[in-house]
Amino acid sequence: MNRKLPIIVVTFVVVVFAFGAWLNLRVAEPPENTPVGGMVVNVNIGGPFDLIDHTGARMKDESLRGKYALIYFGYTFCPDVCPTELGEIAVALDELGEAGEQVTPVMITIDPERDTPEVLAEYVPLFHDRLVGLTGTDAEIKDVAEKYRVFYRRFEDPSFTFYLMDHTSFVYLIDPKGAVASMFRYGTLPEDMADAIRQHMRARADS
Amino acid sequence: MISRFVCVFLSLLFLSSPVWAHEEKSEHLTISHPWSRATAPSQKVGAVFMTIKTNGNRSDRLIGAQSPDAETVQIHNHTMDNGVMRMRRVDAVTIPADGEAVLAPGGFHIMLIGLKAPLFEETVIPLTLVFEKAGKVEIEAVVEAAGARQATGATKPMMDGKPDGQHGGHNR
Ligand SMILES: [Cu+2]
Repeated sequence: MNRKLPIIVVTFVVVVFAFGAWLNLRVAEPPENTPVGGMVVNVNIGGPFDLIDHTGARMKDESLRGKYALIYFGYTFCPDVCPTELGEIAVALDELGEAGEQVTPVMITIDPERDTPEVLAEYVPLFHDRLVGLTGTDAEIKDVAEKYRVFYRRFEDPSFTFYLMDHTSFVYLIDPKGAVASMFRYGTLPEDMADAIRQHMRARADS
Repeated sequence: MISRFVCVFLSLLFLSSPVWAHEEKSEHLTISHPWSRATAPSQKVGAVFMTIKTNGNRSDRLIGAQSPDAETVQIHNHTMDNGVMRMRRVDAVTIPADGEAVLAPGGFHIMLIGLKAPLFEETVIPLTLVFEKAGKVEIEAVVEAAGARQATGATKPMMDGKPDGQHGGHNR
């Protein structure tokens, strides 16, 4: 009997998991020294997706083309951070006035287990009448989250009867061609977000 | 007790409008603008924010809270690590002598777990705060819009969005 075998196996598993977690965290690391009005995105980020919207219809990234989009990854069970970010997006769109109509607000859930289209349908109108809620299978969400370098993980506290999600909290500005034009950190003021969007719109109009 | 009466009176007076600044004052503490956000029916959690000030040179600690509207009430904080927001339970929030503790989005909050009914805008949530020295203080938190950033009628912005990308900024 090799009594050390279980220990070796456990050690191996822990190392593999730790390496995986490290990779994940590395991916989630935001660029440093970024200006307040949104980050300059120079890494290859974003990409196509094919998800289900809050009405139950399939929706591809292509249907966002021709307009700007603000994409946020969150979940409806989120008690504080997600409502804050979605509230900021809504204020930023209001701030933009008419130009705000050229921006589609989108929330992609990182908690597809709870966030069915029905749940999203109850949630999204609380923030903005045009907010699109997107969900999908675990694999579809994992795929889109990886493309946007979103880190998320289930968190279970023994004092809860349910789980929460740890997750990165960025807002992505997508340009009318479908490229990620900018990223906004948690805590970016809606006025700054609106300013950055206005700048992008102006730069596009000039070119 | 008198201030509580005044608070209730004012709330009745302005029942049609959510814009009423409110404050709960006890001998040693002043609790300003307790507020929360409207929730969707599937959301079983909510967060309550407020500013707690000590009146005079006695510090205190918020060590617990209760509400008939939720199964469990806890004190929580957020930490940000490489852009990842984590929410965790804390034992207490310290209110320094002649100072204040700010419970605001992205930082400390009172977490309502297992909401018995959705929180509707313009309603109030009764809460009992438990302090180490001041004991129990009854308050009512106003439910604001789901995407509200601060209490209506509060003057201080709850977020500062500093260029260094700090979030919240009031939780340390
Ligand atoms: Cu919490």
